[in-house]
Amino acid sequence: MTGKRTTTAPFNADRPADIRIDLLLIANKIPAGSRVLDVGCGDGDLLHHLVHQRGVDGRGIELSQQGVNRCVTRGLSVIQGNADTDLAFYPDKCFDYVILSQTLQATHRPDKVLQELLRIGRRAIVSFPNFGHWRVRLNLLLAGKMPVTKRLDYPWYSTPNIHFCTVRDFVNLCADLNFVIEEGQGINSFGQPMPVSGNLWMANVFGTQGLFVIKRQDD
Amino acid sequence: MGVFVRYTPMTVTETSSVARDGKAQSITLGQTDPLTLDSGEELGPFQVAYKSWGQLNADKSNVVLVCHALTGDQYVTGVNPLTGREGWWPLMCGPGRPLDTNKYFVICANVLGSCAGTSGPAEVNPKTGKPYGLDFPVLTISDMVRAQAMLLDALGIEDIFCVIGGSMGGMQVLQWAVDYPKRVFSAVPIATTWRHSAQNIAFHEVGRQAIMADPNWHHGKYYDHGVTPHAGLAVARMAAHITYMSESGLTSRFGRSLQDRSGVTYGFDADFQIESYLRHQGISFVDRFDANSYLYITRAMDYYDLTINHGGILADAFRETEARFCVMSFATDWLYTTAESRNIVRALNAVGKQVSFVEIDSNNGHDSFLLDEPEMLEIIAGFVRSAAEQRGISTDDG
Repeated sequence: MTGKRTTTAPFNADRPADIRIDLLLIANKIPAGSRVLDVGCGDGDLLHHLVHQRGVDGRGIELSQQGVNRCVTRGLSVIQGNADTDLAFYPDKCFDYVILSQTLQATHRPDKVLQELLRIGRRAIVSFPNFGHWRVRLNLLLAGKMPVTKRLDYPWYSTPNIHFCTVRDFVNLCADLNFVIEEGQGINSFGQPMPVSGNLWMANVFGTQGLFVIKRQDD
Repeated sequence: MGVFVRYTPMTVTETSSVARDGKAQSITLGQTDPLTLDSGEELGPFQVAYKSWGQLNADKSNVVLVCHALTGDQYVTGVNPLTGREGWWPLMCGPGRPLDTNKYFVICANVLGSCAGTSGPAEVNPKTGKPYGLDFPVLTISDMVRAQAMLLDALGIEDIFCVIGGSMGGMQVLQWAVDYPKRVFSAVPIATTWRHSAQNIAFHEVGRQAIMADPNWHHGKYYDHGVTPHAGLAVARMAAHITYMSESGLTSRFGRSLQDRSGVTYGFDADFQIESYLRHQGISFVDRFDANSYLYITRAMDYYDLTINHGGILADAFRETEARFCVMSFATDWLYTTAESRNIVRALNAVGKQVSFVEIDSNNGHDSFLLDEPEMLEIIAGFVRSAAEQRGISTDDG
């Protein structure tokens, strides 16, 4: 945005960092002044943090009406929309970062969504629940039932989360799509990152979620 | 043209009375420089009636321009002297309301072509001494906005902090952002569209034909005959009113309920409550609205197409604007649908503008924007408050 007026809210260093640890890990990867789109921004916790504490020019897309209303009431630029269909209306490379936080597994075509993310953004930051985690594996092995985790508390027949993957699956998909993984981590239950470049097996077994910064090869 | 509003600190009593009751005024514009209309005709001098609430701050950065709809007027809140009834948006505008008149200088002007004090077909043509009738030039939404810009110029106001309106008011909001891309800081188009569709035009044509078919219309010269085409205007209003309500809203409010009777009368009296309601809407409308104004304003809406000077590409129309937008639609509005609002949002996104979009789940159809919709009020309050922070509007001057 150009013009004589400020386009983002003033940087406020005093506000406490009151967001979830996984959102904070994402926020830490984004430099001040970046243009950011948060796809599936929920109630806008991350976006609010980015705009008000990190001086980021942030926008959001959210599927749920309730989430959008909350965001706009908080003064965030958020539109009601769908990751599968609405990204197509953004021009190429109009964002520095596009965030897809805990939303990939709810999209109809995760591969196409990832391609769209890297069409409209220079980098994408993607986090997702890791179904390679040992507890999920053990649950399926011993109980013989589809895993239901604390965060994703839905039975298999009514869950909006239709495309689960593991950290290893995601690494393989990035290779198939020719994406460069700038940073790839499994995040364990204490919020500690385990780089996939160090030990992918460890990251995939002990990470409760995956967190990746990806880009296209030519960017 | 003189500067009519000058920044002068008021006493506390004066301030609170202006915030609540507002000030109705009128101004003559286009005396030396006439307004060149889209049709190529020139209009001037002409009158603009407007009302304002609250006071202008020292750097004139707190101006909220409210744009009214087809049959609206400048009496946004407080008693409307023409009807003796409360204004049309009291929940939105007033002390402590989303458009907080303790904080903002809120102004609303009666649109060109209308009939609440601004020049229109019912007003006297200064050149002939008789009402204009059909000699009044045909207008566009752009012309209405240009007249508002002339009003603000005359008041010494350059920047608009927020321009807001529903329906035809929303069309003016978008037109403002497109025609004056540097003057608008934030824009709230509600329940509106970016061009009139074939269906929109069709409904308006029904209304116009009803007026023109009334023998009292006299080709627009009914002022000379001492009559008004009230029957035609009432029918036009009835047909339009149906488009302002949702089918489910009509069903839940009226259903097939009968009007003060136990059975149907096998005649053409208003047996059903919905008939009685529509007749009442039609009859009460003709007392306060000029039939020719209805022709002119519906025509302006039909001519409305934001892409007209932008190669047919909506995104290109928005390319220069510096405004941030809060676009709002209502789920059951079938006149200006959510799909059209989404087209506006997508076009704004395509050129990288800051835009929020909300569809409100209301059962009240197009008219929802005028009603007590708590979500709408809360969201607009949040949007305006955050825009004020970004604009750095100080409220403690004086």
